[in-house]
Amino acid sequence: MNGTDSSARMRMLTEMVRIRRFEQRCVELYSATKIRGFMHLYIGEEAVATGALTPLTPEDAVVSTYREHGHALARGMPMAALMAEMFGKVTGCSRGRGGSMHLFDASRKFYGGNAIVGGGLPLAVGLALADSMRGRQAVTMCLFGDGAAAEGEFHETMNLAALWQLPVLFCCENNYYAMGTALERSHAETDLALRASSYGVRSWAVDGMDVQAVARATARAADMARTGSGPCFLEFRTYRFRAHSLYDPERYRDRAEVDRWKERDPIESLTRRMRDSGELSDEDLEKLEFGVESEIDRAVAEADSDEEEPVDDLERFVYADGK
Amino acid sequence: MRTSYREALRAAIREALLADDRTFLMGEDVGRYGGCFAVSLGLLEEFGEQRVRDTPLSESAFVGAGIGAAMAGMRPIVEIMTVNFSLLALDQIMNNAATLRHMSGGQIGVPLVIRMTTGGGRQLAAQHSHSLEGWYAHIPGLRVVAPATVADARGMLPTALEDPDPVLLFEHGGLYGTEDDLAEDAGAVDIDRAAIRRDGSDLTLIAYGGTVRTALQAADVLAGQGIAAEVIDLRTLRPLDERAFLDSVGRTHRAVIVDEGWRSGSLAAEIAARIGERALYELDAPVQRVCTAEVPLPYAKHLEDAALPSPERVVDAALKTVT
Repeated sequence: MNGTDSSARMRMLTEMVRIRRFEQRCVELYSATKIRGFMHLYIGEEAVATGALTPLTPEDAVVSTYREHGHALARGMPMAALMAEMFGKVTGCSRGRGGSMHLFDASRKFYGGNAIVGGGLPLAVGLALADSMRGRQAVTMCLFGDGAAAEGEFHETMNLAALWQLPVLFCCENNYYAMGTALERSHAETDLALRASSYGVRSWAVDGMDVQAVARATARAADMARTGSGPCFLEFRTYRFRAHSLYDPERYRDRAEVDRWKERDPIESLTRRMRDSGELSDEDLEKLEFGVESEIDRAVAEADSDEEEPVDDLERFVYADGK
Repeated sequence: MRTSYREALRAAIREALLADDRTFLMGEDVGRYGGCFAVSLGLLEEFGEQRVRDTPLSESAFVGAGIGAAMAGMRPIVEIMTVNFSLLALDQIMNNAATLRHMSGGQIGVPLVIRMTTGGGRQLAAQHSHSLEGWYAHIPGLRVVAPATVADARGMLPTALEDPDPVLLFEHGGLYGTEDDLAEDAGAVDIDRAAIRRDGSDLTLIAYGGTVRTALQAADVLAGQGIAAEVIDLRTLRPLDERAFLDSVGRTHRAVIVDEGWRSGSLAAEIAARIGERALYELDAPVQRVCTAEVPLPYAKHLEDAALPSPERVVDAALKTVT
């Protein structure tokens, strides 16, 4: 599955639209105070989650960041479980203990939602080490942003993964800003793929606004990692159209820059391509949008009526039950 | 059989590696060097590089890798050279190992054992000598143990490896060479209960790890003056076996806490607070604390000796409670 045929494109378009509409609904729900805390939107970056997760199998593991709604949806987490988590309900994917930044689904090997920048990278090495020691063919995908490449854990982890030739796919979502600090204001060498390659990790820079390019590159890297060629690093060059979080007044970038990137909107690009080639009609698109809208409506209705965890259970899950 | 603390630890690790192929040892110089305190000497030769893994000097990466491997079903033992170095991995220990179960709503456990050296008395100055186990004992989600005897050095590790949650095992650097008789069939011991190392009815000395020896030496001196001191070895620092020291204080009505950590915000402070909360009316004298002087530990022997809890200081504190 590398996203080159028509049905794959339709699936990826649907996934990207799901993610975007979900995020847009989250903004409304945030304003309505149904969702609180920090919330980081994925709008603009949908091609990365959608394309990168395409070649993964259920046996593969995923380690993610705090901007992970899109990753969780693309991994197959039910939207209702995600929305309930945002509402802080017991039916949420982390029973309301995690919130927007800490989505978990062990059954899908989706290992969170890590909100310490760079903190998930060592975990990915450990997950891959376990697979390698047990002789399993699985790969571990580790998603993180350009900001993480400035953390010590990034460098320690690149070295360790390469040294032990572990099956990790390091997927750097370079959206050019670490919160409000531009890439060139925090990195002396801004070519992140080049830096990763200095650790002996096979590295590529990929157009992160083109879902098919993302899927193809990831499929190739996954095949290599799966067959014992060690880790790979994929730098997906992308952009977030919205603020860093809902608290961000966006003083650090120009409107014109945002508008330039919006011309490369991954959903609009793929839609245009599919319309031009005759694979997508107005009717298909309406149907797609209607399906997504209904799914979100159901998720919100469920989350709204779901129960909260009893306060008596506050101290559960600190240690294994029964201790 | 006469056995050193070091040999007891090695026997425990060896037994764990033989018993469970999910277990492996990982850390700086644990393999070819034989462990910086020679604890793992010979294990690389016996078990090979997969099971006894030398790591780069990347505390955050290899501790995080241990966490990831534990999440994926392995039972790793991670060795950190000293507690001061563990601060380089504090993000992983605190933000991941201790937190993942709760943050994921109970989906993800981290059955990991981290061993590290703690404590002063060896003229290693201010970056190799501190006793920071009290910091770790502050953190919900961790279990913290401190073997003070050869039998506990032999027996705590197998029990810790059975634990579904992360266990930190603190080995006092001054104890590696100490010897005791160890039964041929010595094996796993509990890691829940404190132990009475010496019976006495006049006052209670509460200690753990390296200070148990100090307390026992002080008890000998006190015995010469006709004062019978009971010595409690806490063994487990989180969760504290509160019942053990409260019961003892209930019998003796006097307490001295001997803790190699700094006094402010220390384990000794916690224990004193609990005695104050639960046993105030049992006391015939104010609780005394013997802690390390509030300085980064100095190199010069006379200064280091003056900073650390000594039998003399314990005797002085004990006498204050009985006169």
